[in-house]
Amino acid sequence: MNWSAYSAFVGNVFGAPLAMEALLAFFLESTFIGLWIFGWNKLPPRLHLATIWIAAIGTNMSAYFILAANSWMQHPVGYRVNPVTHRTELTSIVALLTNSTVLAAWPHVILASFVIAGMVVIAVSAWHLARNSQTDVFRRAMRIGLAVTLAAGIATAVTGDIQARLMDSQQPMKMAAAEALYNTSAPASFSLFTIGSLSGGKELWSVRVPYLLSLIATLNPHGTVQGIDNVEHAYDKKYGPGSYKPVIPVTYWSFRLMIGFGMLATLLALIGLWLTRRRRIPRARWFYRAAIWGVALPYLATTSGWIFTEMGRQPWTVFGLMTTAQSVSPGVTASSVIISMTVFTLLYGALAAIAWWLTIRHVKVGAPAEAEPGAAEPLPVFSY
Amino acid sequence: MNLATFWFILIAILFTGYFVLEGFDFGVGILLSLLSRDETDRRVMINTIGPVWDGNEVWLITAGGAMFAAFPLWYASLFSGFYLALLIILVALIVRGVCFEFRSKVDSVRWRANWDRAIFAGSVLPAVLWGVAFANIVRGVPLNAAHVYTGNLLTLLNWYGLLGGLVTLSLFTLHGAIFLSLRITGVLRDRARRTALGVALAAVPLAAAFLAATQVSHGRPATDVTAGLAAVALLGGVAAAFRGREGWAFAGTAATLALAVATLFGDLWPNVLPSSTSAAFSLTVSNASSAHYTLVVMSWVAVIFTPIVLGYQGWTYWVFRKRLTSSDIPAAKTPASSSTGLGGTQRPAGGQS
Repeated sequence: MNWSAYSAFVGNVFGAPLAMEALLAFFLESTFIGLWIFGWNKLPPRLHLATIWIAAIGTNMSAYFILAANSWMQHPVGYRVNPVTHRTELTSIVALLTNSTVLAAWPHVILASFVIAGMVVIAVSAWHLARNSQTDVFRRAMRIGLAVTLAAGIATAVTGDIQARLMDSQQPMKMAAAEALYNTSAPASFSLFTIGSLSGGKELWSVRVPYLLSLIATLNPHGTVQGIDNVEHAYDKKYGPGSYKPVIPVTYWSFRLMIGFGMLATLLALIGLWLTRRRRIPRARWFYRAAIWGVALPYLATTSGWIFTEMGRQPWTVFGLMTTAQSVSPGVTASSVIISMTVFTLLYGALAAIAWWLTIRHVKVGAPAEAEPGAAEPLPVFSY
Repeated sequence: MNLATFWFILIAILFTGYFVLEGFDFGVGILLSLLSRDETDRRVMINTIGPVWDGNEVWLITAGGAMFAAFPLWYASLFSGFYLALLIILVALIVRGVCFEFRSKVDSVRWRANWDRAIFAGSVLPAVLWGVAFANIVRGVPLNAAHVYTGNLLTLLNWYGLLGGLVTLSLFTLHGAIFLSLRITGVLRDRARRTALGVALAAVPLAAAFLAATQVSHGRPATDVTAGLAAVALLGGVAAAFRGREGWAFAGTAATLALAVATLFGDLWPNVLPSSTSAAFSLTVSNASSAHYTLVVMSWVAVIFTPIVLGYQGWTYWVFRKRLTSSDIPAAKTPASSSTGLGGTQRPAGGQS
């Protein structure tokens, strides 16, 4: 709605994965979740189980198509720009759907979602274990959550690392902006914290790990990482004079927060697995407090990750082809944009608060009681 | 027929699917408080659309996605041009969706009553605004040479647009009432059928006036036929409802909506968004469409997957074909289970909850 110039320019290419997402994934998700929720006793058990698997497959497909669309914005492939209409045209749907960027982004996003799911299970289980309620159920649930979070957390880091090397070759400015590295360096160090100016001035204080940025970007401790000023110089020649720098403090900190929050969640899972080893139930209050509040970590990590990848692409909407400033709707007034922004912020804020409150209530009730042996299996009542 | 026209027809079919399916969802939402006498009535009504309403909404998303892929300029001008109207529709659909999920999560009369009010608002607003939007698309809107919409929200609220809004509102309410009479048993079923006949007193003249006005200004012989058939289907549907033949009545209102969409799209072609400023600025099937390769790829995807979607959505309706009664609704939940929706209580036999 806000991006008509963008829509007109990219619709030929970008619209295809979106329409495929709706037709192949959304219909699958929405129809089969309805069948699952309302299908108890109506469908044979195996078929009923299949419906939730189909919904889950739909969800994963949905992520693939939307990331294929986003990856095209990060690294456009399989297109040409029509010299007459000055709009992009699709030349290969296969290239678009097998873009190296989406092949790396999809597992990264899916695995990060597993970390979120794992941490939610950990937090709910911790709440009950800390109160000694239903310890049998929740110790098992906790172990599953911990194992999933640890495995998915490590795998998210590995896939993120693969993405970093793609980014170094496809969007060197984003890599440089992630570190606020102004001058091309070999080897390049990675700073954990920097106090001082991130806008190119002299830093006051920082904690640095030598060789790490070179390793992340190139797999070689002495590899060359291009600096912001050097990339800017090259882009001025390629795209014409202008500024091709993203907002460096935002990219610098969002990159660190993504990694930091993700690593904390993974570390928490590792500690939890140790504390729950051999049928143990942890005693330490600090662990439960960390596990309950830790549910925020993966949400903060994924949010930071999206802020990083989208802000790191600036000033482009489609890298190298169209800037954000060129993308907006010429006919939409600033007041309309302010109205919609305000409405959506308030609406989603209110819905988030209600959903949070309902979730807490739901969590406190605990797990449904287990059936007496021989009694009919109690089934969940899902009813509007 | 070239591929762009094929996609124009496909988008018309997607909107037909949307209005036929989501139309009765809106109708149920509008009638929720008007038809019900107690909480059990309301839950019976909501549960008639419970398993399907979210799948029905995807028809709209797919229509929007198909527009974006096949006619990027149409999508660009329409979605930015109708900005505030679409914002209201979006907010209404978001709120309505969470209402269904949230209303039974807390066992409180006030809590439910508030969500029921929101369901009503979230159903009435889109039911009116879709009619306003489509009437204006057919009528033409101010577009400049760059196909940018130069009007505002009030531009859309002309007499023809408002008439279109009243038509969709009354038709969706009628369609929803007939759907309810088809899907439930007992006194609520009779009440739904009588309400349908009452709504028909408004829907029939409104629809007739709108179709006549449309055909006088924008008609062509082929759409005169579809408009006439739409009127016949509507009268047939109402007559069937009068005689208690609910299946035929539902087929009648579904056919009315499908033929009305066919009429509007038929009148629109070869334009997709006519400019009232100058005919030269209109967006057409040819100047708004994607390049050939995109259309070929998307055609294959649509030809393969649309029948599959129709197959499993049809199967869903078959699975949930049994009529509902108040005995299908579990007794008032305890506060514990109501907050979870996962009560662990024994389900009543054959209950569709």
